[in-house]
Amino acid sequence: MEDFMMYFTIFVLSMFVGFEVITKVPPTLHTPLMSGSNAISGITIVGALISAGSHHTTLTTLLGFVALVFATVNVVGGFLVTHRMLEMFRRKE
Amino acid sequence: MEKIIVNLAYLLSASLFIFGLKGLSHPRTAVRGNMLGALGMLIAVVVTLLDKKIADFSLIIAGLVIGAAIGTLLALKVEMTAMPQLVAVFNGLGGGASALVAGAALYETKNPDYLFTTASVASGIIGAVTFFGSGVAFGKLQGIINERPVRYTGEQVVKALFAIAAVTFGAYLVLNPQNLHLYWVITGLSSVLGVLLTIAIGGADMPVVIALLNSYSGLAAAATGFVLQNNALIISGSLVGASGIILTNLMCKAMNRSLLNVLFGGFGEVVQTSEEDIYAGKVKATSPEEVALLLEGARRAVIVPGYGMAVAQAQYAVRDLYNLLESRGVEVEFAIHPVAGRMPGHMNVLLAEVDIPYEKMKELEDINPTFEQTDVVIVIGANDVVNPLAQTDPKSPIAGMPVLEVWKAKTVVVIKRSLSPGFAGIPNPLFAMDNALMLFADAKKAVQDIVNALKEG
Repeated sequence: MEDFMMYFTIFVLSMFVGFEVITKVPPTLHTPLMSGSNAISGITIVGALISAGSHHTTLTTLLGFVALVFATVNVVGGFLVTHRMLEMFRRKE
Repeated sequence: MEKIIVNLAYLLSASLFIFGLKGLSHPRTAVRGNMLGALGMLIAVVVTLLDKKIADFSLIIAGLVIGAAIGTLLALKVEMTAMPQLVAVFNGLGGGASALVAGAALYETKNPDYLFTTASVASGIIGAVTFFGSGVAFGKLQGIINERPVRYTGEQVVKALFAIAAVTFGAYLVLNPQNLHLYWVITGLSSVLGVLLTIAIGGADMPVVIALLNSYSGLAAAATGFVLQNNALIISGSLVGASGIILTNLMCKAMNRSLLNVLFGGFGEVVQTSEEDIYAGKVKATSPEEVALLLEGARRAVIVPGYGMAVAQAQYAVRDLYNLLESRGVEVEFAIHPVAGRMPGHMNVLLAEVDIPYEKMKELEDINPTFEQTDVVIVIGANDVVNPLAQTDPKSPIAGMPVLEVWKAKTVVVIKRSLSPGFAGIPNPLFAMDNALMLFADAKKAVQDIVNALKEG
């Protein structure tokens, strides 16, 4: 239970940090914000790596592998497409 | 590796994500911000690979290569107009991955405690809803599934039953963790729920749906973080969750509707209003040549882009028009309604693609007071966001929605294929106003014709 309270505290505080940081993003950048933040949600790749590589059972390895492919598409595609969009915004500086 | 070093590395990744998102608050720092985020992700992946006793790298390398190849291909090939679909796909994959990881963790753990199983169930439910909800959103945006909301009697009851069933089985699994296979029943029910929730929402509400699914994908990752007891996942997931909630809220405000209203009711079931009375004999059609004449005499023009511009890929023609007018000393600005298009900031991306300076893209509050000093407004494929009924008819489905008050300008030119209503399904009295002219054509062709007429004139 103590562990849970610690993780829950971090969860709530991070939400506040998120609100503070993100309310300052102007509407012009809302689409890159979505694709960029979405790429960050691909952090679940960390869990996928563990499951795919642990060789626990065939089932968990398979689940981990599919999750790994999904998360990698999310991460690589997300950051790349955000970069592509942001380059367009920067050009006119 | 020392546990403390591993945890410090995860903390570094999480901090880089925060710096990265902070960078997105200005176009000048945004590229670097995104790169910091990517660096954070790289650190998290490397430290995980070094830390865990990985028995076999072959599968991991295969997974990374396949995923990276697909992701790169999608990211580089996608048309800017198709960005909403792509974001929907990425949202879905992130959520799906979280659900699968939580499932795998459940099978790997002996004697899981209540908190562990509860977090797994949460991740499974949110992840599955995100995956299938995003799939349907993609289908709607891509035109594979009908954009109109699918409604039927008792639909709210059906949705509620699926939600209750998923949660009930979830509670049972928490109390009886040996029944592992129940996890798939729960994700199965949630998958159906994801489909039902999204299929009932129409195309006009997609900006809200995409933002909401973005939030879900973050919350699913955070829930998986509770499962794995990993702070990097909890922090990153909640950042994304917060981001999605903020955007969802902004989109709802821009339509003057509550989130509940978007999810469970709303557009698409509207009674036919008397279009005849509004339009009969009052609509004036115009030609590209006439619009060119108007623009020649103008000092200030405002362009209002909508979904129609995206569909017709008219942004390049719009750029030509913009350049031509600016070179002739006409002051040109773009009025961007928050929910124009199919995702938050959709129009900004399309205009940035064709090098329109972002200072020229004005938000609703900034541009509305300027319409009175504007000679010509050109509305390109936007309907509901310029509908005066929002202010005049309290019974209208868009009553109270903030709109662009284009009718205050001297002349309004509306480029549209026909008088058909927008997604709210209501007629637009703007089209029949004295100072409004209709240019019935495809957006791209119409704008090109105006440019040609200006050059010849």
